[in-house]
Amino acid sequence: MLNAITISSLYVLDQDAALDFYVGKLGFEVKVDQQFGPMRFLTVALPSDPARSVLLELPAPPSVSAEIADQVRDVVSKGAAGGNLFFVCDDAHKTHAELKERGVDVPEEPVVQPYGIDFGFRDPFGNSIRVAQMIPPPSA
Amino acid sequence: MERWPVPGSSVPVSGPCDDGAVSRASEDSNRRMLRARDAMDRAYAEPLDVSALARIAHVSESHFIRTFKTTFGETPNRYLQRRRVERAMFLLRTSDQRVTDICMAVGFSSLGTFSRVFAEVVGEPPSAYRRQGPLPAVPSCFGMRWLRPGSNTAVSEKSGDPAEP
Repeated sequence: MLNAITISSLYVLDQDAALDFYVGKLGFEVKVDQQFGPMRFLTVALPSDPARSVLLELPAPPSVSAEIADQVRDVVSKGAAGGNLFFVCDDAHKTHAELKERGVDVPEEPVVQPYGIDFGFRDPFGNSIRVAQMIPPPSA
Repeated sequence: MERWPVPGSSVPVSGPCDDGAVSRASEDSNRRMLRARDAMDRAYAEPLDVSALARIAHVSESHFIRTFKTTFGETPNRYLQRRRVERAMFLLRTSDQRVTDICMAVGFSSLGTFSRVFAEVVGEPPSAYRRQGPLPAVPSCFGMRWLRPGSNTAVSEKSGDPAEP
């Protein structure tokens, strides 16, 4: 019935800062960056997974009222907006080192879990990001 | 980059989207407190104190406890207790380590304090909780979030000390 997830949404508090982070540091590419009236429709995807985009959405009028936008921003920055991205990689330690080299705030070291090696950090706004090297590796 | 067709005018509008772009002081503060709370989630077994947490949040010590409570609704001490108790709950039901070892493993230095705080937060002593049997496996990040006991049970705390009393 349904075939695939093509776009998932993530609230960000500044779309330019989101581009700096997701494209500049995590290695995403911009898929769509276009104004739809007052909305800047901004999606990014990983070069290795181009069919799955993340919509970097700004909570702002007229999509929501200014009051609700403030509430959403507050909740995002408290890490409670439900924004989660889970990534897989080939080598968690190598990815961890590369992210640090690029200036990403990655306070957690890779940890061995029953399902693999993983670590977590947050985007500049408060969304949660986890990266795992799965055991066994996910089939390509 | 793909361009999507826009019905009607496609003249770019800048303005409304930019209004909220500047990071606001309260959001910056929230994010700092979140950084300290993440550190408690991560390093709960270490002897975290106010000065260490304030450094992680990049705020002054005097500012830290009050701001944390305003942000998350409980003191850092209380949050750390719940994190440690949550990890103890997990270990009690997924390992056969002795209660004393679990107490130390999650960051308490006194078995008496651990037992008292655990019973206050969970509602039963560690040994009784353990008898509920093994837990199903879930990703640790969700386990840590959802298995944590609630904050609405009464635990006495010393507001100046985020580590155990």
